[in-house]
Amino acid sequence: MTTQTPTKPAREPGMFTQAVAGFGKGLIDVVSTIGGVVTLGLDVARWSVRRPYRLQNLFAQLDFVGVGSIFIVGLTGLFTGMVFALQTSEAFRLFDAESLVGPTVALTLTRELAAVFSALMVTMRAGSAMCTELGTMRVTEQVDALETMAVNPVQYLLVPRVLAGLVMVPMLTILFSTAGMSGAYFVAVTGLGISPGTFLTRTQQWLEPADVYEGVIKGAVFGLAVALICCYKGFNASGGAKGVGQATTEAMVASALSIFILDFLVGLILH
Amino acid sequence: MAASGPPRDGDAASRPMIEIVDLQKTFGENKVLTGINLKVPVGSTCVILGGSGSGKTVLMKHMIGLLKPDSGKVIIDGEDIVPLGVEDLQRVRGKFGMVFQAAALFDSMTVFENVAFPLREHTRLSEDELYAKVRAKLDLMGLKREVESKFPSDLSGGMRKRVGLARAVVLDPKIVLYDEPTTGLDPITTDYVDEMILAAQKGLGVTSVVISHDISSAFNVADQIAFLSKGVIVENGTPEQLRESQQPAVKVFLETWFGKN
Repeated sequence: MTTQTPTKPAREPGMFTQAVAGFGKGLIDVVSTIGGVVTLGLDVARWSVRRPYRLQNLFAQLDFVGVGSIFIVGLTGLFTGMVFALQTSEAFRLFDAESLVGPTVALTLTRELAAVFSALMVTMRAGSAMCTELGTMRVTEQVDALETMAVNPVQYLLVPRVLAGLVMVPMLTILFSTAGMSGAYFVAVTGLGISPGTFLTRTQQWLEPADVYEGVIKGAVFGLAVALICCYKGFNASGGAKGVGQATTEAMVASALSIFILDFLVGLILH
Repeated sequence: MAASGPPRDGDAASRPMIEIVDLQKTFGENKVLTGINLKVPVGSTCVILGGSGSGKTVLMKHMIGLLKPDSGKVIIDGEDIVPLGVEDLQRVRGKFGMVFQAAALFDSMTVFENVAFPLREHTRLSEDELYAKVRAKLDLMGLKREVESKFPSDLSGGMRKRVGLARAVVLDPKIVLYDEPTTGLDPITTDYVDEMILAAQKGLGVTSVVISHDISSAFNVADQIAFLSKGVIVENGTPEQLRESQQPAVKVFLETWFGKN
């Protein structure tokens, strides 16, 4: 008679193992996405200098990303400036230094908030649309159709979108700063009783062109990153409507995170 | 019925427009194509028949260079396209037109703009010449003038397929690929699509490859049928030869149609 050794049942992975596995998978996903976005960026750069130049597509995207965002970015900027002036004036009143409201708002807006908020607005308004449109084109085989017609989809679809992000977000950043300063001026002068001369003179004393350049450079970096991430996620969507929805969610989260991370990194480099 | 009896593999009566040699493709651990060999003669219609998940669409995507194989050759009009780069592939794709399963029309463009798109991309025709050419292809597909300004979302499935074919043949390609052209259509529209495929072949002299699991349609349009099962072509010949096949996979598949009819 032969005896069979009972086989040991496989142990369920413990919570610690699962957590490490989950962290590892997440890390791999992040690295893979960054690699994909960088590769796509290089592809876009390569195809953007090749003929035919699709100016009609480019202008359509400049209009959609930039002109279409003017109202929402302007409105956001206006209220951001107003709120900021209101809050800082409370603090500065304690030190009898209300004259610093103008420069404080100006420096904060031009260096940081304008670029960050403009990029977030463009992400929500135009980035989500880019991702959804490209994702839908991918899952309904419209991207494949372009390829079969000997039209490079990177050049036809992605180059205009990425260039529009790169060009228009810095412009919207300037708009945001202008609207924000207008709001701050309105609140400070008409609401808080700071004299117009003090507000403007102090702002001129403190604000330098380098502050504006910093915001514009950040706007360009954020615009490029957001457009590339949204295009990458949409372009690689799969699995029908659910897949497109998932790609758009991932694109929004990744874009927002990248704005804040890049804000720190660009700030570190510029200072 | 257009069963004109093309040569089987090995018969060199005519030079093949498409030749697939020992094509293999794996996705992850899933072996989709495990050694495909196929020749499609110039001007003939080859139907690649098989069940869902047999690798038909993957095979078609290799023919037009949308997928790269793990190994093997895809020879189009005498040129192996596997080692080609993006630019050379674009040149080869100029020889193709493709009709997608759900037509894949650009939903932001009208019917006219969809059909005119390849002409605008690859020719320098004047607007009048362009209109005449688009109109001729729409006429060939039996699409009236009122359809031109409609968007794809306003069309029925059959009409979308016709617009898709008009777009596929507008540059007078040498080869037209059809991906499941009759899926989801009613029997009358299916017959119409079959006639459309035959009309494109006879009227334009194109070499056609049709991916299908529709047995009736396959036997209506094919000069040659290749039966794909588990990643290999287990039978290849005229419709009559396929009908007589003793391959178990082919017999079981055909019985689902001929057993009842």
